[in-house]
Amino acid sequence: MELFADYTLRTVTIGAMLLGAISGFLGCFAVLRRQALLGDAMSHAALPGIALAFLLTGQRDPFILFVGAASAALLAALWLLVVVRTTRIKDDAALALILAVFFGFGLVLLSYLQRQPNAAQAGLKSFLFGQAAALIERDLWAMLAVGVPALALVLIFWPQVKLVTFDPDFARSIGLPVRGFDVLLNVVMVAAIVIGIQTVGVVLMSAMLVAPAVAARQWTNRLETMVVLAAGFGALAAMAGAWLSTLGEGLATGPLIVLMMSLVTVLSLVFAPGRGLLWRNLRRRQVLQAS
Amino acid sequence: MSPQLEVQLIAVIVATTCTLPGVFLVLRRMAMLSDAISHTVLLGIVLAYLISNSLTSPLLFIGAVAMGVITVWLVELVSGSRLVHEDSAIGLVFPALFALAVLLISRFAGNVHLDTDSVLLGELAFAPFDRIVFFGLDLPRALVGGIGTLILNLTLLLLFYKELKLVTFDPALAATLGFTPTLIHYGLMTSVSLTAVTAFDAVGSVLVVALMIAPPATAYLLTDRLPRMIVLSVAIGIAAALSGYWLARLFDVSIAGMMATMTGVAFLGAFLFAPRRGIVAQVRQQQINRERFALQMLTLHLLNHEGTGNAGVECHPHHLIEELRWPASFAVTIVRRAEQKGLVQRQGELLILTEQGRQFADAAIVA
Repeated sequence: MELFADYTLRTVTIGAMLLGAISGFLGCFAVLRRQALLGDAMSHAALPGIALAFLLTGQRDPFILFVGAASAALLAALWLLVVVRTTRIKDDAALALILAVFFGFGLVLLSYLQRQPNAAQAGLKSFLFGQAAALIERDLWAMLAVGVPALALVLIFWPQVKLVTFDPDFARSIGLPVRGFDVLLNVVMVAAIVIGIQTVGVVLMSAMLVAPAVAARQWTNRLETMVVLAAGFGALAAMAGAWLSTLGEGLATGPLIVLMMSLVTVLSLVFAPGRGLLWRNLRRRQVLQAS
Repeated sequence: MSPQLEVQLIAVIVATTCTLPGVFLVLRRMAMLSDAISHTVLLGIVLAYLISNSLTSPLLFIGAVAMGVITVWLVELVSGSRLVHEDSAIGLVFPALFALAVLLISRFAGNVHLDTDSVLLGELAFAPFDRIVFFGLDLPRALVGGIGTLILNLTLLLLFYKELKLVTFDPALAATLGFTPTLIHYGLMTSVSLTAVTAFDAVGSVLVVALMIAPPATAYLLTDRLPRMIVLSVAIGIAAALSGYWLARLFDVSIAGMMATMTGVAFLGAFLFAPRRGIVAQVRQQQINRERFALQMLTLHLLNHEGTGNAGVECHPHHLIEELRWPASFAVTIVRRAEQKGLVQRQGELLILTEQGRQFADAAIVA
C-alpha cells in the first residue's frame, strides 16, 4: 500500500495507529468507570505542562514535553480528586473548572513563549489540534516507550484492574488497595493522553479515549474482548483518517481520525448485534407482532 | 472611549453574562455541557458561513445558537438510548462536531478570518477594532453583542427566577406542580448557547467555560443562598476579568488566558480559605472537635474515679497515657488546655476536677 511506502506517510500512519490502539485499549477503563470526561480535562490540563517544560529546558524533545504534560495532567487529576472529596463541588463543575483554568494558564504561557526569539517554539501551538504530519521516527519510539509500559502495567494487574473497574466495593472488602489502582488507571490514562497530544491535539484527545471504547462496548460483554476490539477500532480509524488526509489539500489528520472514530461508534451503536438500536427495534417489532 | 477602557468594559460584561446561566449549570450538575456547547457552536458558525458566504450574516449567529442546542439534544439522544452513560455521551458528541468544524475550516475557509486558533483562544485585545454603529454610537461589536445578551439573560433570570429555582432544587416537585422541566432545561441551554456564541467571539471558547463555571463554583463554597450566590458569582467574575486584564497587560500575555487563570486563583482562594467550607476552616474545625472530645474524655475519666479507692493511680497524669491510649505529648497538651480552661487543677501529683470541670463532664454525658 502507498501508505506504507512513503517514509513520511508511513511514520504518520504508524504513529496514528499506535495512538489509536493504545488509547482505545486504555480508554475502556475510563468509559467503564464513568470517567470519560476526566480524559478531556486531563488532556486540556496538559497544555501548561508542555509550555512550562519548553520554557524551562528550551527543547522540543518529545520526552521532556511528555514529562511536562504528564505532570500537569496528574496535578489536575489530583486537584480534581481533592476538590470533589473535600468540598460540595460536584465532579462535573470541578472538571469544567480545572479544564478551563489549566488550559487558560497554558495559553498565558504559550503567549509568553511566542514573544521569545527562540525559533523552536514555533510549533508549540500545534499541540492544540495536533500535527500528525510533523511526526518523525523519534516520536514513534517515544510513543512506544510510554505506551508499552502503560499497557504492561494494566496487563500485569489484569485481575485486580478488572475487579476494581466493575466492583470497587467488593474489591475493597477483600483488601485490594482500590485507591492505589485508581491512581494506576489514571496514570496509564495520562500516558495515553501524552501520546496523543502531538497527533490529535489536546482538544480532540478525549474522543480517542472515549469513542473506541464505547464502540467496542456495543459488541461484547467481556472486558477481554472489549479492550482488544477497542484497540482494533482505534487503530483502524486512525489508519483511515491518516489515509483520507492524504487525498486532498487542507485535510487535517487529527480531526479526520476523530471523525472516523465517531463514524465507527455510530455504526456500532446502530448495528451491533444484540445491543444495537437496529436490533432492539427489530426485536420490539417482533414482540409487538407476536402479541 | 479609549480602546483600553473598551476592552475592560467588554471583559466585565462578558464575565457577567457568562456567570448568570453558569450558576444554574453548576447547581444542576451540567457544567460539562458548557464545555461541549462552547466548542460545538463553531460548527454552527462554519456551516452558516459556508451557506451564506459571509462572516457578518445573522445566519452565523442563529446557526451557532442552534448548534449549541442541537449538541445538548444529541447528548441526550445518545445517553437516552441507554447504550452509553451521559459522561461518555458528552465525550462522544462534542469532539465529533468540533472535529467536523475544524476540518471544514481547514478545507474550505482557511483563508478567511475564521481560524481555529482565534475561536479557541479569542483575542480580546483586538475586539475594539471590530466596530459597528449602533443608534449613532460607534461601538465595538463585541460590546454591543455582550450588552444585548446580558440584557436578555437578566430578563430571563428575573422572569423565570422562581421556576428556575424550583426546577434546580426540586425537579420532582416542579414536575408535579405542572412546570415542564424540559422546557426550562432547553430554555437554559438556549441561553447558554447564546451566551457562548457572543462571548467566544471575544474571548474564545475555553474562557467561556472558565467564566461560566469557576465564579459560580467559587461562590458555591461561600454561601448557601441562591440570590447571594448569583451576586457573588457576578462579583467574582468581574474581579477575575479586571485583574486578569491588568496582569495580562503587565506581562504582555494572552488576556483571555489570564482571565481564566484568575478565575482559578479565585477558586483556589475560596477552596483554601472559605469561612466554613475551605480546607483551612475544615482542618481547624477538626482540631477543635478533637480537642473538645479529648477534654470530655479527660473530665469524664476523672469524674468516674474521683473519691474512689484507686483515685491515687487513676488520676495521675501518667495513667492517661495508658488508660486513654494517648501519646504522651498529646496528653500533656490536653492536660495543659484543661488547666487553662479551669476544668482541672493539680493537687500534688494528681489531677482534680474543678466545679467547672464537673459541669463540663455532666454536659458531655447529657449530650
